[in-house]
Amino acid sequence: MDLVTAYTGQDVALVLIMLLMLALILGFIAGSSLILIWAERKVAARIQNRVGPMMTGPRKFAEFSMWTGGLLQTAADAIKLLVKELIIPSKTDAIPFIAAPVLIVTVCVTAYIVIPFGPAFSVSDLNIGVVHVVAISSLTVLSIVMAGWSSNSKYSLLGGLRSAAQMLSYEIPLIFALLGPILLAGGLSMQKMVLAQREYGCWFLLPSLLGFLIYYVASIAEVNRPPFDIPEAESELVAGYVSEYSGMMFAMFFLAEFANMFLVCSVAATVFLGGWLVPFMPVPDNPTPVYILLGILTFFLKTSFLVFIMMWIRWTFPRVRPDHLMNLGWKYLFPLSLLNLLICAGIAVLKDVYKLNGWGISLASLGALAMVMLLLQVVRIPRPDTFLEKA
Amino acid sequence: MLIRTWWCALTSPSDDGGALRTEEFELNMGPQHPSTHGVLRMVLKMDGERVVDCDPVVGYLHRSIEKMAENRTFTQVIPVTDRLDYCTSMTSNYVYVLAVEKLADLTPPPRAEYIRVIMTELNRIASHLLWYGTFCLEIGATTPFLYSFRDREKVLDLFESACGARLLYNYIRIGGVGQDINQKFLDRMIEFLDYWEPIIPEYEALLDENPIFYNRTVGVGTVPLEMCRSYGVSGPNVRAAGVAEDVRRDDPFAVYKDLEFEIPTEKESDVFARYRVRMRELRESAKILRQCYEKIPSGPYGLPLNYRFKVPEGETYVHIESPRGDIGCFLASSGGDKPWRCKFRTPSFVHIQLFKKLLEGVLIPDIMAICASFDIVLPETDR
Repeated sequence: MDLVTAYTGQDVALVLIMLLMLALILGFIAGSSLILIWAERKVAARIQNRVGPMMTGPRKFAEFSMWTGGLLQTAADAIKLLVKELIIPSKTDAIPFIAAPVLIVTVCVTAYIVIPFGPAFSVSDLNIGVVHVVAISSLTVLSIVMAGWSSNSKYSLLGGLRSAAQMLSYEIPLIFALLGPILLAGGLSMQKMVLAQREYGCWFLLPSLLGFLIYYVASIAEVNRPPFDIPEAESELVAGYVSEYSGMMFAMFFLAEFANMFLVCSVAATVFLGGWLVPFMPVPDNPTPVYILLGILTFFLKTSFLVFIMMWIRWTFPRVRPDHLMNLGWKYLFPLSLLNLLICAGIAVLKDVYKLNGWGISLASLGALAMVMLLLQVVRIPRPDTFLEKA
Repeated sequence: MLIRTWWCALTSPSDDGGALRTEEFELNMGPQHPSTHGVLRMVLKMDGERVVDCDPVVGYLHRSIEKMAENRTFTQVIPVTDRLDYCTSMTSNYVYVLAVEKLADLTPPPRAEYIRVIMTELNRIASHLLWYGTFCLEIGATTPFLYSFRDREKVLDLFESACGARLLYNYIRIGGVGQDINQKFLDRMIEFLDYWEPIIPEYEALLDENPIFYNRTVGVGTVPLEMCRSYGVSGPNVRAAGVAEDVRRDDPFAVYKDLEFEIPTEKESDVFARYRVRMRELRESAKILRQCYEKIPSGPYGLPLNYRFKVPEGETYVHIESPRGDIGCFLASSGGDKPWRCKFRTPSFVHIQLFKKLLEGVLIPDIMAICASFDIVLPETDR
């Protein structure tokens, strides 16, 4: 008992609560992934003029509308994958082969601990919250490279190496895009980030709109979703780094993909869209139960919206070629994220010096955006197609 | 030990000045691969993501269709030709039947000629839609596939109402067609066209202005005109190089000389140009179908022929325009009721030969874009 207190500097009760929350998070990841996979299939179906899974789950629901059919489809898939044999091909490097799916899920769960689901509602509000998320979630690429290398298959290897290259070119704009809001908030803690947006009187979406867009694009690349799914490009590399996986090990990669998608979207919602701040509602000084519930609901609505946009993008665009992806990352997103940092710095100064309120900051950021647009008109950034490599 | 190996690898003198050593590896793409259109096998020598050498291997779907034809009566060969190119069975039926008719000196009645044109053009639409869907799948867009198949299904429904089959029709027969079509079929066809023609811009809207698609296709897989000529490229692939070459116009068969249609061409001869040509051809096919609807005469739909009729001795070669290009049939008869020799010239086989040259130095994703843009079909290649 004393040891725990001494080593963590925290109350034992608090540690227990944290453990409880962690268990909740684990359950949440599993549950939300199930729902997200079902939602993805339904969104895809709606976009593609289909109805998607309809036969699993209560029949009454399926008769009601396409959006309520097949609710248990992912559960059925999960059970199928759970009872399947785990095939470890004989020429693989068994230890990294097994460790890779474990690592990817671990990384994912670890990153979740700083996400503020509501007022006073996160596992642990680390004071380095944003850095924690970015640092931990960039470890997923390690697992992908491990999977690709240990599979001892050429397609897997290509997938793993592509993932490494992609990570290099996307992690940097992603972090630089987050720097703007960090500068505005004056701290790295996720909860502080939300409270800073309350203090500013407007979401950080406005002062760093550019940053939000860059973060969003980069985060799609980070979670390997189409159009940036080059490590597992189905039509090119069969299934990329997951080619040799089967059963639950495959399911873990799948689960991690969806959990990661929710993670990056919740970071975007927290940092740029005000997290659990309920729009048009003053924040009470002490969080009331009603406000906490409303806050959690708001957070989930914002995140779900971003997740939906990601699904929408997935089913609309063709896949980007790896070298074009790197062009985009280094030649466009990276310089633009620096520009975003500059704008955010300017806004932070305005806020400090002139004590602007929310409207003033919104106006100032719109002005800054207009200037950026003008600048882009003057400088004439060449369109991506001029960078085409002539074969 | 490990560090030492690594250090040696870093510092050892080599041609490229002591950099890390890389080596080429062989990648066996296919015959089982999501995007080789059936069972094409490509043995690729790769330098990382870049192709150094490509060796396309065909023959995994060889069913000896040409030899089988020698052991069947002239009529019995028609269902075999269905299996030649299952995306456009009507065309493969047609080219064989045309060869028999030329050899036996038969002239089908005009209504049969019109029905044949209607069917081949409908099949061209079905085939191009299938191509559009799979091409988009190969460059990573999933949704257009579903859109194109939704509409291809409607064409197949039309075929089903005309001949009972959805894929392998055995419909175009010697001297005419299998069954007559009625006014209801024609009305349904026009109904389909009215529904479908406004949808073509929707297909294009998904891709044309999309920067990702643009970057993936423009300037990729360019085939210069001389190369087209020396390899014998035909159909939409040569029209994408700026040559208005079309058997329907240059060597008109059936009633094509009475019909008005354009031959769409593009200049660039890259993947994007081939995509544009096919999309424009869809519109031309619709135009032809509408004219056929106006012009189709009444009358018999075929000639009364003995089942085991004999074809006089001789040999002939005919070619027509399939959705993939110039498909030809050489037919020799020794005066019996079976072909003495039947040989098909199939466009896919010709186009696959280009790959060795074209895929040199491209990246892996471009392999898929280029291969898909030629619209190769393996059963036609291997026969």
